[in-house]
Amino acid sequence: MDDNRIIADPKSIKAINKVSFKQRMISYKKKPLSLVMLILVALAAALSAAALVFIIVYVLVKGIPNLTPDLFSLTYNSDNVSCMPSIINTIMLTLLTLVIAVPFGVGAAIYLAEYAKKGNKLVKVIRTMAETLAGIPSIVYGLFGMLFFVSALHWGYSLLAGAFTLAIMVLPTIMRTTEEALITVPDSYREGSFGLGAGKLRTIVKIILPSAMPGILAGIILAVGRIVGETAALIYTYGSATGYAAGPLSSGRSLAVHMYVLANEGLHTDQAWGTAVVLLVLVFGINTLSAFIAKKLGSKKG
Amino acid sequence: MREYFDKDLDKLNNQLIEMGSLVEKAIKNTVDVITSDKDESLDFAREQENKINEAEKSIQNHCIRLLLHQAPVAKDLRYISAALKMITDLERIGDQAIDIAEMSEYINNRTTVLNMTHISEMASKAADMVTLAIDAFVKSDLELAKTVNKHDDVIDNLFDQVKDETVEIIHNDRNLGTEAIDLMMIAKYLERIGDHAVNIAEWVAFSITGSCDIK
Amino acid sequence: MDKITVENMNLYYGNFHALKDVNLRMEKNKITAFIGPSGCGKSTLLKSLNRMNDLVEGCKITGEIKLDGEDIYGDMDINLLRKRVGMVFQKANPFPMSVYDNVAFGPRTHGIKNKKELDQIVEESLRDAAIWDELKDRLKKSALGLSGGQQQRLCIARALAVKPEVLLMDEATSALDPISTGKIEELCLKLKDNYTIVMVTHNMQQALRISNNTAFFLLGEMVEYGSTDTIFSAPKDKRTEEYITGRFG
Repeated sequence: MDDNRIIADPKSIKAINKVSFKQRMISYKKKPLSLVMLILVALAAALSAAALVFIIVYVLVKGIPNLTPDLFSLTYNSDNVSCMPSIINTIMLTLLTLVIAVPFGVGAAIYLAEYAKKGNKLVKVIRTMAETLAGIPSIVYGLFGMLFFVSALHWGYSLLAGAFTLAIMVLPTIMRTTEEALITVPDSYREGSFGLGAGKLRTIVKIILPSAMPGILAGIILAVGRIVGETAALIYTYGSATGYAAGPLSSGRSLAVHMYVLANEGLHTDQAWGTAVVLLVLVFGINTLSAFIAKKLGSKKG
Repeated sequence: MREYFDKDLDKLNNQLIEMGSLVEKAIKNTVDVITSDKDESLDFAREQENKINEAEKSIQNHCIRLLLHQAPVAKDLRYISAALKMITDLERIGDQAIDIAEMSEYINNRTTVLNMTHISEMASKAADMVTLAIDAFVKSDLELAKTVNKHDDVIDNLFDQVKDETVEIIHNDRNLGTEAIDLMMIAKYLERIGDHAVNIAEWVAFSITGSCDIK
Repeated sequence: MDKITVENMNLYYGNFHALKDVNLRMEKNKITAFIGPSGCGKSTLLKSLNRMNDLVEGCKITGEIKLDGEDIYGDMDINLLRKRVGMVFQKANPFPMSVYDNVAFGPRTHGIKNKKELDQIVEESLRDAAIWDELKDRLKKSALGLSGGQQQRLCIARALAVKPEVLLMDEATSALDPISTGKIEELCLKLKDNYTIVMVTHNMQQALRISNNTAFFLLGEMVEYGSTDTIFSAPKDKRTEEYITGRFG
C-alpha cells in the first residue's frame, strides 16, 4: 500500500491545539498555587545548576593559569610539585582496585540475583550488610586498611594495601548496582533461553550479563569516581610518597591525595588549583570513556 | 493470508459446480426420457438423484464447518450462506427430475399419441436456466443471474400452453384423461424447476450484492 | 498416534491444587488447543509439558507425562527435553541481539559452531516461520527493532531452529493485531505437517480456525476433550457449552 502521509512543510500547519500564553494565564488565575509551584521548582533547578557551574568555573579560572609545564614534569621535586607521578599512581590504583572488586562484586551479585532462592535468610543478611557498608565514612575503611593490610599483613603503605582497602569500599556499590541491573533483565529472556534448552550458566553468560551490562558499567563508573576522588582511606594505606609506585608494595600518592597534601601544606596553593583541574579532566575523561564503552557494548547487542 | 480458508472456499466452489452439473445432467436426462423411451434412462436418473442427495449433504457439512471454523464475514459470509440455500434448491430440482423420469416412463409405455413438443421444450428451457444460474454463480456474474429471470417467463408461457393442450386432449378423448393429467403434472414439475433456478439466481445475486433482487 | 500423553496428573502450587487428575493425549502432527477462562490451569499444564514449571517455587507435580512413551520427569535430560519440546510465549521475547544471533542461539547452545551450517539453519528457520523475505536484509539488525508480529514470528523461528518435535504456544497471538495473528495462524497450519503443536488460547475463534482437537479446562479440571468440530458444534458437557457460547457464569 502506498503511504503518502509525509507532509512537505509541517510549519505551514496552523495548529489549534497549542496552549497559548493567554490560556495559561487564565488557568493560573484559577489555580495560583500551581504558578507558585512552577516558580519554586524552576528556582530550585536554576540554583542547582548555578552552584555546579560556579564550582566548575571557579576551579577552572583558578586552576588553568597554573597549568604550567612544570606541573607535568616527569619527576617530582618540591619545587615543581609535579602531579605526573600521582596521575600514573591513580590510574594504577584504579585498575588494580577494579581487578579485585569487579569479579567479586559481580560474582556475588550473580549469586544473589540468579542462584539464591527468593526469601533466603542469608541473602537478606548480605544485602543489609552491603547497604550498611556502602554508607560508612571512608576514613573507617582507611583505619581498617591501616590496621589490617598495612600493619597486620606487613604490607606497609603500598599500592596493594590501598587497592584492597578501596576494593572493600567499592564492593557494595558494584554488588548492589549489578544486582539491580540483573534483576531488571526481564524474566522473559530467561524463559526464552531455558525454553530453547540452554542451561543456567549459558543463559547467564550469553543472555543476562550482556543485557545487564549498561547497569553493571554504571556501577563500575560510580566505583571509579569514588576511587579517583578518595583521600581519607588512602592516606593511611597507599601513603603519600611523591614518586611513582614502582611495585605493588611501594607507596605512592593518588592525585586526590596529592592535591590534599599540596593544599594542606599551604605552600603550593596555586599548584593545588592546577591539580584540581587535572583531577576534573581525569574524572570527565573516565566518565566519557565509560559512556563510550557502554554505548559500544550496547550497540553490539542492540 | 488465509490461504487455508481460501482453499476451503475453492473446494466449496468446486463442489457446487459439480453438484450443478449433476443437476443439469439429471434434467437433460428427463428430456431424453420424455422424447425417447429408453429404459436405462430411469436407472440413470435414480443414480443421479442419489449422487445429488449426497452432494447436498457433503456441501452442507462443508458450509457448516466453514461457518463454525472461520466465522466468515462480508462476501465470505454471503457466499457461504448463499451456497447453503442454493443446494436446497438444487436438491429439490433433483427430486423433481426423478419424479418426471418416473412419470414419463409411465406415459411412454401407454401411448404415443400425446403431443410432447411443448413439454420437451420446457425441459430443455429448464435445463438451460439451471445451467445459466450455475454459470452465473461460478463467474459471479450478476447480469447472467438476471437473464435467468427472463427465461422463467418463457417457461411460464409454455406451461400455460400445455395447460390449454391438456384441457383440449381431455375434451377430445376422455380415455386419455390419466395421461393428460400426468402430462400436466410433468409440466408443473418443469415449471417448478424453473422457479428453483430463479431462486438459485437470486442467491447468486445475494452472494454478489447482498440483496436477492434480480429484477 | 499420540505424541504426548498426560496421565493422572496433579499439580499444586503450595496448598493450591491447580490441576486435578488430568488425562490427555496429544496427537502427533495435529494442533491441540487448550481453552478455558483465566486461571483454569491451561497455561500451567502447557508449561508442565517442557518442565518450565520447574522454575516456579513451590510447584509440585504428581502423575505421569510422557513424550513418545518416555517419562519426561524421569531420566530425560531437561535441556534435551526443552530442545525437543520448544515453546513460544505470550509476549514476544526476542533476545537483545541481532536477528541472526537470536535464531542461531539455540543451535549454538546445542553445539553447532560451523558458520555455514548455522547460516543454513537460520535461513531455513526464518523461511519456515514465513518471515525470511521480510528479514533477510536485516539479519544483522537488532531484533528489538522489529514490529510485534515480526518479533513473535522471529521467536517461532528461534524455537524451530533447534528442530523441536513439539511446539508449545502459550497465547502466542494474544498481544498481536489481527493481521499478525492471521499470519501466525496460517503458519501453524503449515507447521503441523512437521510438528506437533499444543496451544493455549483465549481466543475461541482461533481454536476453531486452526486446531484439530480442543480441551476445555475449568477450575483446574479438564472438563471435556475431543475433536474441535465436536467440542464446538455438539459439546457433551453443559459447562463447555456455556463457556463456548459465552453464557458462562
